[in-house]
Amino acid sequence: MTMTLMVARRLLHAFLLILAVLVLNFLLIHIAPGDPADVIAGEMGGATEEMLADIRKTYGLDKPVYVQLGVYLTRALQGDLGQSFFYNAPVLDLVAGRAGPTILLVATALLFAIFVGTMLGVLASHKPKGIVSGLVTVVSVIGYSAPIFWTGMMLVILFAWVYPIFPIANMYDITRGGGFFDRVVDILYHLVLPALTLGIVYLAQYARLTRASMLEILGSDYIRTARAKGVAEVKVYGHHALRNAILPVVTIAGLQFGSIISGAVLVETVFSWPGLGTLAFESILARDYPTILGILFFSSLLVIAANLITDLVYRLVDPRIRTGG
Amino acid sequence: MRKTGFIAAAMAMLLTASAASFTQADEPKNGGTLVLGTTQKARHLNPAVQSGIATAVPGTQIFATPLRFNDKWEPQPYLAESWSVSDDGKSITLKLRANAKFHDGKPITSEDVAFSLQTVKDNHPFKSMFSPVTGVDTPDPLTAVINFEKPHPAALLAMSSALLPIIPKHVYGDGQDPKSHPANNAPVGSGPFKFVEFKPGEYIILEKNPDYFIEGRPYLDKIIIKNYKDLTSLALAIDTGEINMYPFLAPTKDIARLKKNDGLVVTDRGYEAVGPINWLAFNTNNQYLKDKRVRQAIAYAMDRDFIINALLGGQSKAATGPVVPGSPFYADAAEKYDVDLDKANAMLDEAGFPRGDGDMRFQLTVDYIPGSAELQKNVAEYLKSQLKKVGIDVELRASPDFPTWAKRVGGHDFDMSMDIVFNWGDPVIGVHRTYLCDNIKKGVIWSNTQSYCNQEVDNLLNEAGSELDQAKRIALYKKAQEIIVDDAPIAFINVLPYHTAYSKDIGNPPLTIWGAMSPLDEVYIK
Repeated sequence: MTMTLMVARRLLHAFLLILAVLVLNFLLIHIAPGDPADVIAGEMGGATEEMLADIRKTYGLDKPVYVQLGVYLTRALQGDLGQSFFYNAPVLDLVAGRAGPTILLVATALLFAIFVGTMLGVLASHKPKGIVSGLVTVVSVIGYSAPIFWTGMMLVILFAWVYPIFPIANMYDITRGGGFFDRVVDILYHLVLPALTLGIVYLAQYARLTRASMLEILGSDYIRTARAKGVAEVKVYGHHALRNAILPVVTIAGLQFGSIISGAVLVETVFSWPGLGTLAFESILARDYPTILGILFFSSLLVIAANLITDLVYRLVDPRIRTGG
Repeated sequence: MRKTGFIAAAMAMLLTASAASFTQADEPKNGGTLVLGTTQKARHLNPAVQSGIATAVPGTQIFATPLRFNDKWEPQPYLAESWSVSDDGKSITLKLRANAKFHDGKPITSEDVAFSLQTVKDNHPFKSMFSPVTGVDTPDPLTAVINFEKPHPAALLAMSSALLPIIPKHVYGDGQDPKSHPANNAPVGSGPFKFVEFKPGEYIILEKNPDYFIEGRPYLDKIIIKNYKDLTSLALAIDTGEINMYPFLAPTKDIARLKKNDGLVVTDRGYEAVGPINWLAFNTNNQYLKDKRVRQAIAYAMDRDFIINALLGGQSKAATGPVVPGSPFYADAAEKYDVDLDKANAMLDEAGFPRGDGDMRFQLTVDYIPGSAELQKNVAEYLKSQLKKVGIDVELRASPDFPTWAKRVGGHDFDMSMDIVFNWGDPVIGVHRTYLCDNIKKGVIWSNTQSYCNQEVDNLLNEAGSELDQAKRIALYKKAQEIIVDDAPIAFINVLPYHTAYSKDIGNPPLTIWGAMSPLDEVYIK
């Protein structure tokens, strides 16, 4: 199969997938009781009958669901994701404004988890019955089992309140002036706790995975051969073993991208991180249909892109796939 | 407190200042930034077409209103330097300040007042504020005469805070729907602070209006309103000084904790006008609840003191009637339904509902607004255990989110529900709606969802709504409240424990009846 054909097929799949995501979610969200007019009235401390009817008419909610779906899909295919019911702004602007922070948070957390997790896994595999290995296992289990919002709250209380070395919330301090560089530093400073919170959960998985994978490979014949040849132990681990042990890590990283976005909902809420997660959560509560669909649209794009990237990375780290096609 | 001479000087300033509420005898200083934290997200910043706290706080900074109120419920000049009510009460004449300009430099004229009033009348959810208005005459650019079909004493209050922002006709008069006007996200007003930036759900930045029509004000350079997604982080933010003001603080544990912070002042002043009441509403169409004695018995079964002192940590005041304490129309209810289980049992027996299977008389459900567990869910749970003692089996119906609850209660699909309803200053705006017979409207939340109808109450409320004599008006409301409390379509529980926490270095905190929903042009940083 040629590369172009593969990409073309992938894109077609992606398109159908996104369409299915939109239709399914559109129907799901309309099944949920309550409508946006109630929420808007709720925000306003009450409204009259006429006003509620007026709100429903403005947003086309007085029409049958299939008509609304048709209108939505036609517009969405033309790149118009509509106007938010809750905020007085186009969905595209809202989503675009929130996408950056989420990608920054998720990517940082994921890189942190992969890097530190793999290192810990390798460390643990060195002496599988040693103290380090035991410690990694215990920490992994705790990190993985603790609810993410709890971990987040605990980190906030510890590092923003008891020992106030990190900020409590938000992505940057709007009261602080300074140039571009200051802002970047400020964002990184604010990023530490949320990225750590989100990273800890996934770190555990990578540590366990790498440990298991390394142990399996370290017992294989070619490692024994390498050692017999007199290859330095560091090189045995780094060059021979890890390169093979990392394959499942890459697979998992790609698969996890989607679930990490959902994890971001909770972390973003705890840290008031202005990302898609909080926007998604708020839009669901507000029955802000266009915004919810816009976010789902965008996050399915992200997941599809992540899978494509995984494939490419796979080809890079595993020469067998490159030749095997 | 400093020397007495200094206090005397401050008192003198108090007399000259229009709506001052000094708590410190310090000289106001220019400069500084007020960082205000909230979990409320503004949809946009134009209060003319959007009610609610989230828009009102920034909205009252950006837009000026004809009048403002001090902490004694007295109207004060604001955009209007003077006003007069005609003898028959059917018109109010406003004289506008000659030096008032919008932030874009255009002068404010009576045309803008007429336009704003019409916009609010057509689009604001509180229809009763201006429904009796027949028109606004503009004899000259600085005079606006508002005409009413009948005397309308609520109009003065409805011209303050966020209720009648004067919006520029040259911006909003372009034919676009004011509810979705692009200028709502970047408004041009005439208030003490100008719009700088609005990131929905993140922050709002406002800066000092150097051409403000009140000389020498505002004192602050900037106001930043920061959104927090989580109440715990918001409380931590004020505790650590990340923000210096936290209005509408409600979780009682946070109130108690923040009161211990020496760098903060925590006060419950400034919520008199908003008047938020936590109550239990009865669906009077229910086969059991249609009997007044059953509703009264349930009220007697509830221990309000327990709710306030045990469940709410003593941080909240009791509510005993439709009007919140602190309002001039508050009436100290004759019947407060102090807990009396024997009486409740006797009343239920008398109503003809003897105990049956499992010692229970009948079954009812109770709904509650999700998201504020302390005031709603916990009280509903307490209610269940308490009503069991008088033989009523209560089932809690949780709603996953606000729209679900709103659909049920708005659709009259409930037996009993916990609810939170605001007075919004004048009873005409926030109280009448709960009790008038013609406001029983299915599908409309915070209308008369109890389906309560008493012609006598209707007459009293309507009469009070157009009574110009304050003393007579108070008497009419007192009478109406007595009947309502006796009819018990609602069991009143407590006033929401709203507090404002602010840093000690803030001078002139917003303590008027509208609190932070009023122009913060007197606030300064020490």
